[in-house]
Amino acid sequence: MRRNRADNDANHTRLTRRAALLGGAQLLFMGGLAARMRYLQVDQADQFRLLAEENRINIRLIPPSRGEIFDRNGVQLADNVPSYRIVMVREDAGDVAAVMERLAQVIEIDNETRERAMAEMARSAPFLPVTIVDDVSWEVVSKVSVNAPALPGVTPEVGLTRVYPRGADFAHVVGRVGRVSQADLDALEDPDQVLRIPRFQIGKINVEARAESLLRGSAGTKHVEVNATGRVMRELERREGQAGADLQLTVDANLQRYVQARLGDESAAVVIIDCENGDLAALASAPSYDPNLFIGGISSADYNPLLNSKYRPLVNKPVQGTYPPGSTFKMIVALAAIEDGIVTPEDTAYCPGHLEVAGRRFHCWKRAGHGWVDLQDSLKHSCDVYYYDLAVKVGIEKITAMANRFGLGIKHDLALSSVAGGLAPTKQWKRSARGEDWVVGDTVNASIGQGFTLSSPLQLAVMSARIATGRAVTPRLIKSIDGVEQPSGAGEPMGLNENNLRQLRKAMYDVVNDRRGTGYRSRIIDDTMRMAGKTGTSQVRNITAAERARGVTSNADLPWERRDHALFVCFAPYDKPKYAACVLVEHGGGGSTAAAPIARDVMLQAMAGGEPPLEAYPKSDRGRIATQQEELRNTAPETAASAEGDDQA
Amino acid sequence: MSYLEHTVKSVPTGLRKILFMNWPLAILLASVAGVGFLMLYSVAGGSFNPWAEPQMKRFGIGMAIMFTVAMVPIWLWRNLSGVAYGATLVLLVAVELFGSVGMGAQRWIDIGFMRLQPSELMKITLVVFLAAYYDWLPVKKVSRPFWVLLPILIIVVPTALVLKQPDLGTSILLLTAGGGLMFLAGVHWAYFAAVITAAIGLVTAVFQSRGTPWQLLKDYQYRRIDTFLDPSQDPLGAGYHITQSKIALGSGGWSGRGYMQGTQSRLNFLPEKHTDFIFTTLAEEFGFVGGVSLLCLYALIILFCVVSAVKNKDRFASLLTLGIALNFFLFFAVNMSMVMGLAPVVGVPLPMVSYGGSAMLVLLLAFGFVQSAHVHRPR
Repeated sequence: MRRNRADNDANHTRLTRRAALLGGAQLLFMGGLAARMRYLQVDQADQFRLLAEENRINIRLIPPSRGEIFDRNGVQLADNVPSYRIVMVREDAGDVAAVMERLAQVIEIDNETRERAMAEMARSAPFLPVTIVDDVSWEVVSKVSVNAPALPGVTPEVGLTRVYPRGADFAHVVGRVGRVSQADLDALEDPDQVLRIPRFQIGKINVEARAESLLRGSAGTKHVEVNATGRVMRELERREGQAGADLQLTVDANLQRYVQARLGDESAAVVIIDCENGDLAALASAPSYDPNLFIGGISSADYNPLLNSKYRPLVNKPVQGTYPPGSTFKMIVALAAIEDGIVTPEDTAYCPGHLEVAGRRFHCWKRAGHGWVDLQDSLKHSCDVYYYDLAVKVGIEKITAMANRFGLGIKHDLALSSVAGGLAPTKQWKRSARGEDWVVGDTVNASIGQGFTLSSPLQLAVMSARIATGRAVTPRLIKSIDGVEQPSGAGEPMGLNENNLRQLRKAMYDVVNDRRGTGYRSRIIDDTMRMAGKTGTSQVRNITAAERARGVTSNADLPWERRDHALFVCFAPYDKPKYAACVLVEHGGGGSTAAAPIARDVMLQAMAGGEPPLEAYPKSDRGRIATQQEELRNTAPETAASAEGDDQA
Repeated sequence: MSYLEHTVKSVPTGLRKILFMNWPLAILLASVAGVGFLMLYSVAGGSFNPWAEPQMKRFGIGMAIMFTVAMVPIWLWRNLSGVAYGATLVLLVAVELFGSVGMGAQRWIDIGFMRLQPSELMKITLVVFLAAYYDWLPVKKVSRPFWVLLPILIIVVPTALVLKQPDLGTSILLLTAGGGLMFLAGVHWAYFAAVITAAIGLVTAVFQSRGTPWQLLKDYQYRRIDTFLDPSQDPLGAGYHITQSKIALGSGGWSGRGYMQGTQSRLNFLPEKHTDFIFTTLAEEFGFVGGVSLLCLYALIILFCVVSAVKNKDRFASLLTLGIALNFFLFFAVNMSMVMGLAPVVGVPLPMVSYGGSAMLVLLLAFGFVQSAHVHRPR
């Protein structure tokens, strides 16, 4: 086919024109692409850079190590120890079922654990370790390590867990930790992310819970680069966390151990407070329980007996339990009256064994009456009528005001769970709480620490310390935080008449040291350690007429839970008070028989800083005490063994 | 003027032909391939395996093919174009019948040493055949209905076969390249206006058909369109590709994170990082500067082709060169639009850069024709 040249040229021109058009269009499109690139990479770069970092960098938390807790002498009360678990990584294991089978031959795995682990492994990403068994012994770890070649993908991992070397002694002081529960998270407004770490432990009660923010520390962070499936490619940056603060408590571990052992299985509480600075030297609640049982989650076989026991081992009796203070309240009534000036310590009252107030007869504990008694006698013999009379004269408001000054009805601020405020009643309180008017009979009941009045052993111990020193001693439980000494609880002078206080102390001295005092049998005969105190017996309920008819006249005839609470408050040495204490024995009967002997033993132990010389006891008691000391020495090593090596401080 | 009536003597002979090749074009192609090797090395985490090394080998083979094809006189290729087109069409039908099923679409035939994608081949043979058709057709008849209908059939038949595989990306490329060639050959404006109007109508129909029994596209294709229109709808599912692609691209910034420092691709946030989405890696590691540089290299390739075509007095050679250039342009334009979130994810590789055998070999074969046309141009 032939074409002429002109035609050809015309065609070529047309082609060139269209080629240029199409080329231009292409160029325009490429310009568009460049513009888009500019938009994404220049204008929006920052935003995309941010998104890319979010994609790439995953922040992992490094759990901080929890602060440790020591006693006043540096004895460890809460420690962190390595805890081992066995984990398996699916992709390293290859044939998971076969490896699991071999693992089961090496260590003990029950079927339930096995199935749970297999199911979890199937669910999670192949490169994530899945825990097969938790809290295993070092022996299991070594078995797994030795058999490592036959167990691909199986490795032991180590973490930290809490342990309480002193076991039951400090369950009600140090408290315990446990796994973070949903309830723990819900209770916090803005829960720390560290709490979401699996196996993280949080303080559940007492110091562990109340000082949680100090003990926890802050989490470190680890920036890791991950790929699209979440596999960690490398670690980019690591910022170590802040370990929790170490706490030193005011409690003396050895004294505490003695006190717990002395109380044994009795349902009782003891508070020993240092008069000089408010330090709580011992804070015992019996019976106690081993907090170590709770750490990994307690079994119901262990938990139900604790929950159902009538001795209520889970209750922190010295701070949480409130009881009618009984006769130990009489010091407050006496002070209220003599400070007010309506009576002097020398004024006497006649006790015929009862007092008629507003048409009701109130009995003295001694039916025959005490005859003429002054302040000293009334306390020594614990005459009730004298205080009925005083209370009616001075009125409830002044008594309650005095009680408050001595810390009764006031909630002391301690790093313990559920510190009770107790109750020092007022007229207004009764009106709003009970909807009834205050009657003079209420005042009469209150005068001997019965009726509405409720106090915790802690409050009574603080009261004793304040009587002993005349200063507003406040209890202190945390001695130092990371070595920084906390403010002392020595307190300022209360501004009371020193002469009145001296009278009161002398009366308390006589309670224990006068032959006719209610606490005479529990006296200390060492002159450097003389004790002053006051017995108290708080009625749980009156013995009914029907019971009396059946021949029930004393506590011992009643079932345990209806017997009176035995109380004893004291301080010693009398001349220069060092310690004050309160002993409460639930349903123990009389304060002089059940509480005072314990008080003497623990006070002597505290003052002697160990086992007291037998010479401090009255001659007649020494044989019995020696036997008792021997028995306690035999029970104590049980707890001492677990704390081996911690006592060098 | 056609070669048959031209003095063959003025055309270089033997190995002297090598001197008359379009060397800038060859160098540009090698440069782009070089960029590809760099990126494949990087996405493999600094390793020649598994992608960079096979790619280099294929490039070697491809270059050999290009040089060989360039030596062969262009009129031979023109005469063979009908056979080539027919053979490719047969292969397309064969793929439909015997093709292996991969990625939910029948696209390739295993021919022993490599997997042949007839649809790739069709992109070239279609252009060659159309160029030959318009070289043969007297210019006066170009816009006559019958002579317009014929090339439309030539385009539509393979397009329909490819669409049936289904490979939306390639079918769009085929359609656009064929249409482009008809435009270059001088078909009247009115036809294009009509086709564009019809296309708009078709798009409307496609969307209207959704959810009805006679639905025109597969569900996954609809979903891709949805994703394109609003990737944020399903950021972890359908929108994941495009979102991650934009993040990688955008995070590159002005000058990029530096070679081998691209985190998004190496950490597998990017899907198909070594094939269709390789441009994002380049853009992440070399930034805007790198991306625009590659765009410039592509633009230069197009420019050299267009210049070569315009200078070539032979109608077939011009049309062929322009058609191949257009094809090449469509490749990277669609791919880049896709990764930048301007077009649906349709599965078109970045030419000469993406990992993939047949695409590169076919492209170099095509540039062999361009070189042949350049060497054997009338002087």
